[in-house]
Amino acid sequence: MSVKSAPAPVPPAPVPAAPAPARARSGGRWADRLLRIYAVLLLAWLFAPIVVMIVFGFNDTKSKSNVTWQGFTVKWWGRLGDYPELMTAVFNSVTIALLATAITTVLGTALGLAIGRYRFRGAGATNVVIFAAIASPELALGASLLSLFVSTGVQTGYATVVIAHVLFALSFVAITVRARVLGMDPSLEEAARDLGASPWTTFRLVTLPSIAPGVVSGALLAFVLSIDDFVITQFTSGPLTTFPLWIYGAVRQGVPPQVNILGTLIFGVGVVIAITHSVLARRRVP
Amino acid sequence: MTDNQVGVGAADTAAPLVSPVPAIELHGVVKEYRVHGELVQAVKGVTLAIAEGEFFSLLGPSGCGKTTTMRMIAGFEDPTRGTVSLHGGDVTGVPADKRDVNMVFQSYALFPHMNVWENVAFGLRRRKTPEAEIKRRVGEMLAIVDLTGRERRRPRELSGGQQQRVALARALVNRPRALLLDEPLGALDLKLRQAMQTELKRIQREVGITFVYVTHDQSEALTMSDRIAVMNNGEVEQLAGPREIYERPATAFVAGFIGTSNLLTGTVDRVDDGCAVLALGDGGRVLVAGSAHAAGDTLQVTVRPEKITISAERPSGRVSAARGTVEDVSYLGTYTSYAVRLPEGTEVTVFQQNAFDSSTTAEPGDSVWLSWQPHHSFAIGS
Repeated sequence: MSVKSAPAPVPPAPVPAAPAPARARSGGRWADRLLRIYAVLLLAWLFAPIVVMIVFGFNDTKSKSNVTWQGFTVKWWGRLGDYPELMTAVFNSVTIALLATAITTVLGTALGLAIGRYRFRGAGATNVVIFAAIASPELALGASLLSLFVSTGVQTGYATVVIAHVLFALSFVAITVRARVLGMDPSLEEAARDLGASPWTTFRLVTLPSIAPGVVSGALLAFVLSIDDFVITQFTSGPLTTFPLWIYGAVRQGVPPQVNILGTLIFGVGVVIAITHSVLARRRVP
Repeated sequence: MTDNQVGVGAADTAAPLVSPVPAIELHGVVKEYRVHGELVQAVKGVTLAIAEGEFFSLLGPSGCGKTTTMRMIAGFEDPTRGTVSLHGGDVTGVPADKRDVNMVFQSYALFPHMNVWENVAFGLRRRKTPEAEIKRRVGEMLAIVDLTGRERRRPRELSGGQQQRVALARALVNRPRALLLDEPLGALDLKLRQAMQTELKRIQREVGITFVYVTHDQSEALTMSDRIAVMNNGEVEQLAGPREIYERPATAFVAGFIGTSNLLTGTVDRVDDGCAVLALGDGGRVLVAGSAHAAGDTLQVTVRPEKITISAERPSGRVSAARGTVEDVSYLGTYTSYAVRLPEGTEVTVFQQNAFDSSTTAEPGDSVWLSWQPHHSFAIGS
C-alpha cells in the first residue's frame, strides 16, 4: 500500500465526514430558531381563543356572564339541559349541517366531475359562477336570498336554511372534486369500460375511489361551513334558531358555560374528523 | 402470414384455427371531429381486414389516425361513416363494455386503488365468472407474465415493466377475441422495450389471440408484426408484411418512414427487356425491373441504402449505376454510412457492412460509382 512516502494523494477527509449534514451553518441555526419561535407564536395565537373557550366551560361562575375565572367545576357538564332552547338550537345546527352536507356532496361531486372532465356549452360561465359564489360577501348572499324567499312567498325556516347552506357550500365541494378529477388519468375509466364495466359500475369502482379524497375534503368543508354559519343563517332562518344564532341572542344576557361546553364538544368532533381525514388521505393518495 | 395461429393454451374460447371470417374488419371507416367549428378528418376511409390470430400493426407518425382507428375498434369512438365488424358481426355503435376485445393502454391505466390481483380479476368479475375460476385464471395469467408472488402489490409499487405486464395480464385474462395495444412499450427504456417485444410475441403465440398493435416505432412494427398497415394523414398507405413494406414500399411516404431510403427522380429513356431505364446525368442510369412504364414517363424510384455498392470503377453488367462525390462518412459499428452527392444534386445514403474489415472504402471528396441490382429499384406512386 504505502509504496509512496510522499504526501498521500488520498485526503484524510473520510474520517470526519460523518457529522452534521450540510444544514446547520452558523446563520442557519439562528434562522431555524426564529422560525420555530414564530411557528409556536402563531399556533398559540390561533389556539388561545379555543383554549379560553374550553377552560371557561369549567368555570364555577356565580353571575350570568362567564368572563372572570371563579374556580374549577365540572357541574356545568351535568347541567347541559338547563336551557332546552339551546339544546334545540344545537340539534337544529347539527341536523342542518348533516343534511346540507349530504345534499352538497352529491351535487358538488357531480358539478366537479362535469367541469373537470367535460367541455360543454357554458362550462366557462359555470366556473365563473362557482368562484363568484365563494367570493361574494355572505352579507350580500344572505340579503339577496332573503329577498328571493320573500318575493317568491317561500316561508323562511328550516328548509330555507338548508337551501342556503347548500348554496354556499356547493362551490367548495365542486372545487375540491374538480382538482381531483383533473389529476385523474382519463383512460382509467376507459379501461374499466373496456373490461366490461357499465357506466355506473365504472363510476362506482373506478371514478369514485379515485376522486374520494376530494369528495371527503369537500364534504368536511361543507359540514364545517354549515354548522357555524351565522350571517346567511340569520337572514334565512325566520323563526328557527341554530347554535350560532342562540349564542348571539344570549350575548346580551351573558353566555352560560354550557355554550363553552357545547363549543368544546363540537371542536372535539372537528379535531377527530380532521385527524381521521389526514390519516386516510395519507394512506390513499397514490 | 398467419402462421402464429398454431398456438397452444386458451384455445377453448378461441374460434376455429383457420377462420374464414376476419377477426376484425373495417369498412370505409371515416372519423370526423369538429375542432373550433372546423371539420377535421382524423380517419379518411379505412378499409382493412385482420385475420384471426394475426399480429397486426397500425404504424404511422403521430396524428396519422392510427390511435383513432384503434379506438373505433375498441368502441371508445364511433365512426362518422363506415362499419366496424368483429368476427363477422357488425359492432358499429356498440359500447366498449359490450365488445369482446380488450385494450392495453399507453399509460397502462392500472387502477391505483386496487392491487395486482384485483386489477387482473376486474374483467372476470364484471362477467360474473365463478370465484374459483377467477382464482385459477388470474393465477395462470400472472404466471404467464411472470408476476406470481406480486399479487398484493399496488401498481405504484411496481416497476414500469411490471406495470406493463399487469396491464397485459388484465386484458388477456378475459380471453378477448382480439387484444388492442396502444403504444404499450412507449414508456419503457430501450433495453426493456426490446425484451418486452420478444415477450409480447411469445405471449401472443402462447395465447393465440389476434393482436392489433399501434406504434410509431417502425423497427418495433417490423420486428413483431405479421402484417403492417402504414398510415399517414388518416389513410392506409400500404398494407403488407414487414418484408414487403421494407423491400417494396408502395409510396414515397412509406419509403421515407420505414428505415432510410433514397429517392431518385428521372424520365424513362427506354424499356429494355422488361426493365425501364432512366438516364441520370454524367453517364449514370437507373434500371427498374418489372415496371409497367413506357418511355417518356417520369418516375420516382426508391432504393435502400444497404442495397447499394460503392466502387471506384464504373460497374459493368445490367445494374443501376450513378456517379457521385462522397460528402460524408460515418462509422456506425456494424456498418458505415456514406453520403454521396449525385451531379444533379440528390444526396444518396449508402450503407456498407463492416463485415470483413472496418477500413473505409472511400473518403470524403472521392469520386465514386454507386451500383445496385435492377430488382432493388422500386417505382413508387404519388
